[in-house]
Amino acid sequence: MSDTTHTGPVLAADGTPLKRSLRRALRAQKLRALALIAPLLLFVLLTFIAPIADMLFRSVENQITGKTLPMTVEELRDWDGTGTPDERVYRALFFDLFFAAEGKEHTKLGSRLNYEESGISSMFRTTGRDVDDMGKVYQKAFKKLNPAFDEGAFWYEMMSGGQGAEGNTKLLSNQIGRLEMLETTTFKGEIGFVPGAEIYKILPNTTRAYTAFAAFTFFMKNDVVAEEDPWEAVYPALALDLAEPATVAALADYQGPGAQELRDAAAQIDTLPPVDMKAAFAESNKDWLRTEYWQVIKAYSPPYTTGYFLNAIDMEKTPNGIALRSEDERIYGILFKRTMFMSMVITFSCIALGYPIAWIMANLPARSANLLMILVLLPFWTSLLVRTSAWKIMLQQQGVINDVLVWLGLVADESRLVMINNQFGTIVAMTHILLPFMILPMYSVMQTIPQTYLRAAKSLGANNWTAFWRVYFPQSVPGIGAGSILVFILAIGYYITPEIVGGTTGTFISNRIAYHISSSLNWGLGAALGSILLAVVMVLYYAYDKIVGIDNVKLG
Amino acid sequence: MKLTKTLLATTALTVVAGTAVTAQDMADSMTLVSWGGAYQASQNKAYVDPYLANNAGVSATWDESSAEAVAKLRAMNEAGNVTWDLVDVVASDAMRLCDEGLAMELDHDEDLAAAPDGTSASDDFGDLIVSDCFVPQIVYSTTFGYRTDLVPAGVEPPTSVCDVFDLAKYPGKRSLQKRPIDNMEWALYCDGVAKEDIYPTLGTDAGVEKALAKLDTIKDQVVWWSAGAETPQLLADGEVFMGSTYNGRLFSAIAEQGQPIAMMWDMQSFDLDGWIVPAGLPADRLARVMDFLKFATDTQRLADQAAYISYGPARASSAPLVGKHADLGIDMAPHMPTDPANASNVHIYDYEWWADNRDDLDAKFQAWLVQ
Repeated sequence: MSDTTHTGPVLAADGTPLKRSLRRALRAQKLRALALIAPLLLFVLLTFIAPIADMLFRSVENQITGKTLPMTVEELRDWDGTGTPDERVYRALFFDLFFAAEGKEHTKLGSRLNYEESGISSMFRTTGRDVDDMGKVYQKAFKKLNPAFDEGAFWYEMMSGGQGAEGNTKLLSNQIGRLEMLETTTFKGEIGFVPGAEIYKILPNTTRAYTAFAAFTFFMKNDVVAEEDPWEAVYPALALDLAEPATVAALADYQGPGAQELRDAAAQIDTLPPVDMKAAFAESNKDWLRTEYWQVIKAYSPPYTTGYFLNAIDMEKTPNGIALRSEDERIYGILFKRTMFMSMVITFSCIALGYPIAWIMANLPARSANLLMILVLLPFWTSLLVRTSAWKIMLQQQGVINDVLVWLGLVADESRLVMINNQFGTIVAMTHILLPFMILPMYSVMQTIPQTYLRAAKSLGANNWTAFWRVYFPQSVPGIGAGSILVFILAIGYYITPEIVGGTTGTFISNRIAYHISSSLNWGLGAALGSILLAVVMVLYYAYDKIVGIDNVKLG
Repeated sequence: MKLTKTLLATTALTVVAGTAVTAQDMADSMTLVSWGGAYQASQNKAYVDPYLANNAGVSATWDESSAEAVAKLRAMNEAGNVTWDLVDVVASDAMRLCDEGLAMELDHDEDLAAAPDGTSASDDFGDLIVSDCFVPQIVYSTTFGYRTDLVPAGVEPPTSVCDVFDLAKYPGKRSLQKRPIDNMEWALYCDGVAKEDIYPTLGTDAGVEKALAKLDTIKDQVVWWSAGAETPQLLADGEVFMGSTYNGRLFSAIAEQGQPIAMMWDMQSFDLDGWIVPAGLPADRLARVMDFLKFATDTQRLADQAAYISYGPARASSAPLVGKHADLGIDMAPHMPTDPANASNVHIYDYEWWADNRDDLDAKFQAWLVQ
């Protein structure tokens, strides 16, 4: 024993410190245990934690704007938020929206932004139908100048720079990347087209638009690029490029395919309709000139947003910063408070009703206790919907309770009590439904309290109340704690019972979450509300641990 | 053909668990999604059972998820595993699904049967094709029913939607759907706004306030429903004096169950219900479902459906073929929402307008409800 007080480390038989050797032995054991629970751990992680994390992540995720309108977002960065953005933004918008509309992705962005400002959805939808026509104007004009501009083969030759020309693979991978981003997939394979490096320097917009077309044609339509006529967006791009004086100068020395046609077209550029995308968008839908819509697009262009969370606490983003919503739109604060309040009332009702039952069950002989147990569990085994509907029949104005009261003469026929479609109905039905969750943990804790303690207290002179309050009750608190946590946490997430019997004053926050998940499809807001609810539960759990101590909770 | 069949038969005999491949390379099972209840039963009797009888070896499974179809299809699409083949949805959901690229665009003339007189499908359905992805089946309406025995003595039974707002003349509770759609329009109409001005008015903040103020006058007498079966039940129990619901539900309470309820068709709100095909189905399942869709939406099949439920067939050519109720033997035409006598004053629900304003108005409506 004396060498254990030695200052040096305790050594094992083989000379290594005992601590390390013990740890090594335990590590192997732990690893074996971990390997045994690994399948379960993986299962829980994959099927439970990961989907929940993914869903909660949606409460801040907002990549859709940058994904659908990448160039517009870039150009909007310099906009000061007053009036309307300048022509550059509308040009970027045209190419973005054209691309998105071909992939049918633009309406998703419209629905997303419509959550923030009504009307944006239809603006995207109507203009998505018109972008083809905006390009067709220039397609026709170029065709009139020279029919060659309407031929797929001519375009392919011109844009690739002809056989053996130096290609710009960076532009190509850029445009494929953009398509991948829009469609959220990855594409592999040679598309059979590489934009020419020289032509890209002269006609940057046109080459970019054509490359986007090529990538889309190959990956989305499974067509051969060289055989397809380019889509309408390349024509406004060409008109834009040819209108630049620098292009005209560069074209003079250009010898690649289509050089003569391009020079001729540049010479007659004045005969083409001028490119005014702002006017074209305004003509398609005048809402494109509304400052507040552009403010929303700008405010919701970063890939992550606090917008959903602000919304979930009745606030909103305005040009002047974050502000409370107007009074007639505030709803979540009321619902959170109501959910907390009603869940507490339900928990206390469950304690009040469940405690005597658990006590009787714990003190009866086993046979009678089992019978009582079955009575407690019987409703537990009945469908939740059936029990909730049964309460409807009991509580409604033409229902059983009111009928009995009227028959007894306690209530006049004209003034039957309103006991359903309000808070009262929800509290009654939910107390009934959650009662077993309170009784069971209480019962299993009370069973372990020896009856001799009560007798001993009484023999020492305590009266019934003192014996109960000072001796029995403190020992049953862990059961109450476990039951309360169970009931409270189940109650704040309850959805179906408040939906059926809650009317307007007895609904919970979970009803709104369900609405946003399945009806309005605003999953981001639903996720934000869910995250807040989860956080509240965790805070309450922490508080409970601090005040009562979680070690005092016993489920059996 | 014969050889293939013999071969198949032998294979089937030898390989017990072998799956038969139909000659046309079509899948031999379909998952159809609908609303359950009497409506799904009418679909079953009118075209699913006949189709299965004509195509031995094919089976159909129902999934009663139409109410959450958009959310579920979106989730299936994100998971990359669409298990549904044909989905019954209301028109506004079909538009949303089409917008989001979750439903397949159809060529109505090519994919659907022409009318018996040769009219093309797109002309036969006419304006009811509200979306490229949508094949309308029925026209239904949200309208009011009232308890005939609870009409106060000496007072005429209600004939106008504005009687819903007249608590002095018709005391008692009313049931309304827990959403702004229809209720806001009825409120404005009864507040003296002309029918053509309803949507422009509702587009302004003052208009929304006006509608909510009108609803405020009956708020404490309203039971709000969210499932179509609630109003018939509330009426049958005598819990409410009058309430809105789908006309087919009221028909079955009145004609099939003999409840003391009567219809009030004034300002009924028309809506459409029909099929969409989810986007991205594998070729064999797509071939099967398109074959079924062509059969199930032809003129005779849509007319047959009307023998089981009082919803108007969406094809113009089906209307003259609508006959008697399959079990009760009563004429179905007078119970259709589209019957001229019932449709003298209707409310045309504006899909586009609601698609834009739904989020905003819903927030205001729900906030009004909880306050």
